[in-house]
Amino acid sequence: MSLVFDEYGRPFIIFKDQEKQTRTKGLEAIRANIAAATSVSRTMRSSLGPNGMDKLLVSADGDVTVTNDGATILKEMNVNNEVAKLMVDLARSQDDEIGDGTTGVVVLAGALLEQAQQLLDRGMHPSRISDGFDRACALAVDHLEQIAHVLQRSKADTSELVRAAMTALSSKVVNRHSQALAEMCVRAVLAVADLERRDVNLELIKIEGKVGGRLEDSLFVEGIVIDKDMSHPQMPKQVSGAKICILTAPFEPPKPKTKHRLEISSVEQYQELQQAERDYFTSMVKRVKESGANLVICQWGFDDEANSLLYQHDICAVRWVGGVEIELIAMATGGRIIPRFEEITPEKLGHADCVREMHFGTTHDKVIVIEGCHNTRAATILVRGGNKMVLEETKRSLHDALCVVRNLIRDQRIVYGGGASEIACSIVISEAADRCLGPEQYAMRAFAEALDAIPIALAENSGLSPIETLSSIKARQIAEQKTYLGVDCLGIGTMDMREQNVYETLESKKQQLLLATQLCKMILKIDDMLQPNSLN
Amino acid sequence: MNQIKVSPTGLQKVLRSSSSEEKGENARLSLLTGALAITDLLKTTLGPRGMDKILLSPSGELNVTNDGATILKAVHVDNPAVKILVDIALVQDDEVGDGTTSVCCLAGELLREAEQLLERHMHPQLIVAGYRAAAREALVALEQSATSLPAAETAAGYDALLNVARTALSSKVLSQCREHFAKIAVDAVLRLHGSTNLDHIKIIKKLGGTLADSFLADGFILEKRFGVGQKKRVENAKILIANTPMDTDKIKIYGARVRTDSITRVAEIEQAEQEKMMEKCRRILSYGCNVFVNRQLIYNRPEQFFTDHGINSIEHADFDGIERLALVTGGEIVSTFDSPGGVRLGECAVIEEIMIGDDPVLHFQACRANEACSVVIRGANQQILDEAERSLHDALCVLSQLAVEPRLVLGGGCAEALMANAVDAFAARMTGKSALAAEAFARALRNLPGIIADNAGFDATSIVAKLRAAHAQGDGSAGLDIQTGDIADMRKLGVVESFRLKAHMLGSATEAAEMILRVDDVIKAAPRKMDPAHPHM
Repeated sequence: MSLVFDEYGRPFIIFKDQEKQTRTKGLEAIRANIAAATSVSRTMRSSLGPNGMDKLLVSADGDVTVTNDGATILKEMNVNNEVAKLMVDLARSQDDEIGDGTTGVVVLAGALLEQAQQLLDRGMHPSRISDGFDRACALAVDHLEQIAHVLQRSKADTSELVRAAMTALSSKVVNRHSQALAEMCVRAVLAVADLERRDVNLELIKIEGKVGGRLEDSLFVEGIVIDKDMSHPQMPKQVSGAKICILTAPFEPPKPKTKHRLEISSVEQYQELQQAERDYFTSMVKRVKESGANLVICQWGFDDEANSLLYQHDICAVRWVGGVEIELIAMATGGRIIPRFEEITPEKLGHADCVREMHFGTTHDKVIVIEGCHNTRAATILVRGGNKMVLEETKRSLHDALCVVRNLIRDQRIVYGGGASEIACSIVISEAADRCLGPEQYAMRAFAEALDAIPIALAENSGLSPIETLSSIKARQIAEQKTYLGVDCLGIGTMDMREQNVYETLESKKQQLLLATQLCKMILKIDDMLQPNSLN
Repeated sequence: MNQIKVSPTGLQKVLRSSSSEEKGENARLSLLTGALAITDLLKTTLGPRGMDKILLSPSGELNVTNDGATILKAVHVDNPAVKILVDIALVQDDEVGDGTTSVCCLAGELLREAEQLLERHMHPQLIVAGYRAAAREALVALEQSATSLPAAETAAGYDALLNVARTALSSKVLSQCREHFAKIAVDAVLRLHGSTNLDHIKIIKKLGGTLADSFLADGFILEKRFGVGQKKRVENAKILIANTPMDTDKIKIYGARVRTDSITRVAEIEQAEQEKMMEKCRRILSYGCNVFVNRQLIYNRPEQFFTDHGINSIEHADFDGIERLALVTGGEIVSTFDSPGGVRLGECAVIEEIMIGDDPVLHFQACRANEACSVVIRGANQQILDEAERSLHDALCVLSQLAVEPRLVLGGGCAEALMANAVDAFAARMTGKSALAAEAFARALRNLPGIIADNAGFDATSIVAKLRAAHAQGDGSAGLDIQTGDIADMRKLGVVESFRLKAHMLGSATEAAEMILRVDDVIKAAPRKMDPAHPHM
């Protein structure tokens, strides 16, 4: 730690507990930060693309997660370094905003930083590098918008959307069933989408998982699935034309919040109370019955007596349904959530065509499926899978695919994947760099080279020779002016990404570039770090 | 000035302390080692001559078993790959009920073959691709060889079911009297009339006697007794099944309590309470039942009342008990007693208290819904009983699933050899490196009969070679005869297994192997610190 001296030559201390801290300054700090960040991105690199490998993560409690999803890997990685945490946040913000392309953004940021490192070694000032990156990024985003292709979508023909969802699923462990899953995603999104406003509320799509069965057994339900069963074992397993009473009050005698004491001092009082209690139950059930409801969905539990009464009055009931699900059911069936028995009226009931209980395998698992809701804006994907790990990974993959479809409904522009758009941008940027006068041109070239890292990683993961593949694609893109040539990861035999149907949304690509550049600039700006000494 | 040193791999540095990372070859190696270790452990239990394992729990409980799922559940291994294998075995148990050992062994063999390919620098993704293609091909071959089960009512169908049960039981402790148990299992499943709900078959274990004394009881057995002083036999029983408190009927309104100023008042209120209970009893009486079954306790007073009025009462039948009873007798479960006539009572021809070993149990005969039955297993010690129950459960699962998917394939390694030959033929036509993986897949399949032969003390290599030759010459039903140690016609020996079991095994094993092979990086978080003062927190 450097010391500061006053005018009499005595050292004085600026930072508190200075001896207990480590200070890294200047280039040293930037280098250390870059090293930390690239170490994260290098780990992620092998997960990129359809042939990317998985990572196995063991949590603190010994639970095993096998995944290929960038955001999940980083989240579970238990990172301690501040700069590495920035990378984690980077992936998370891509995940929140777009939902897909989390691995890509981390790999790109890592590549940018590696390039920046080389420029630093050649004595370029960090802020100059930042400027150059900025200009290059702006150019790239412009170019992406130019080469973007507007996807034709009509209500009848969803094949394009399905293909886009399949691209998102191709890198996941579920890629064997990508066709079926992609179709499910598209149906789910279209079921809840508001096409006029181009808005999709993904919260209306629930992804439920049940261990057991095969992935092929997964099914799409236009409605809601809740992980509960009928409260009385003998209630009918199916209710058609259900009128649903959604209750948030328990089928129990009231429990006033105020502390009170009810004292019984005579036999009459005892009997009175008994009668009152019995009346409670009968009046509760009567109210429900009178409103015309034939299904009660309750957030709380039932007393045995109430349960039996409901059954005798031919009313089905589901108890202990979670708050979120209650809201979802209310939204979907057009019912109102009723907090008190006095307020039950026929208008407040929800409607659904069919409510049924479903069984699985040799186990006793049951779920309740609510279909044909009054307001169709609800969809559930029920995922089946061999084991919990496959199930969780499928859920994550479906989330990504759903996001892609949503983004396409918001904005129909797409760019071609397989590294095609990165290569196109890289070509444009290096051309612009040649025309640039200032020292930024070096930074711009570096940016172009960093963009090449994506196709290189794709080729590497697919077992192709990276340099050869990249150079041949670049040459063909320049010669033929086709911006849709990319890495043939699956060995189909063509570099034409239009034929291979590998799309990504323009929004996602743009976001990737912007976020990665931003992070890179941020790390380049840090020139001083104070850390508590790890020894203490 | 302290310098921050960055090691070449780097990631370790940015992880929280005592987290660890294994990359690439290292990661794969450690996963494979773990997976192979656990399959080697399981391997010796495979097949009719497989050996058993003794599992000792930390509390000193002893468990002797041959059941793959049970062994895997009990073994604690600190290796993530093992967790994956345990998972698939448990799911196999859930979905099909049997074949848990086979699925692990196949996954293990697939990984063992993959390890050799990896040593030859083949990319894991290529291996995965080859495995997938091979699994598809194997499934097609399996489907082609599958034969449909004859209708269960015919003699041929009954024999076929017996064969399946015999094959499923042959690898278990029950094999000494498998003929007996196969018959029990088939008879029990036939009562279900095509339902897969095994709830209707209750397995009751009673110490004493020998396994051969086990029997299938007609009707339903409840491990309870009638109340004191009640008849031991009820004919034409009308059963009211209830879930209601019959001890004291508390007032449920919150905060209610009794406060009185004199003893007489207390006595009055007590009287009122009693009266309330009696009132309930009278109402129950008005339902016209002659047997009353309650999930909760029945106190002496109401029990006395029932006895006086000629009603037999059964108390404390647990949740499962009353639900099952409601199912078999066709009654409704009630908790309020205000509407006599509106409730369907359960019916049953005879309820009798009988003795099994030393314990009295209730036997419900000729119930309205005559689908239920009980199997009583007798055995010399608890371990045998437990193991017998597991084995019987496996057989029952397999048989009941045949109602859903009635196709059969041949056992004794025949199906595996058949699939292996199909995959071999397919691999020969394949172009590209994945063909090597497909060949490896065939080898792994062939290793299964090899393991069975090994466990029986035969020359595995020569038997596998013979099997392969027989299948190549078009003998599609050749398999391993465990008695002679030679190959024989499985169709003649009656060694058959369900198609669903084999198909599921193939699918899960491939999936698990693929999952492990696709991993190139293992990141372990630091184990959560245990508080030494509270080791169980």
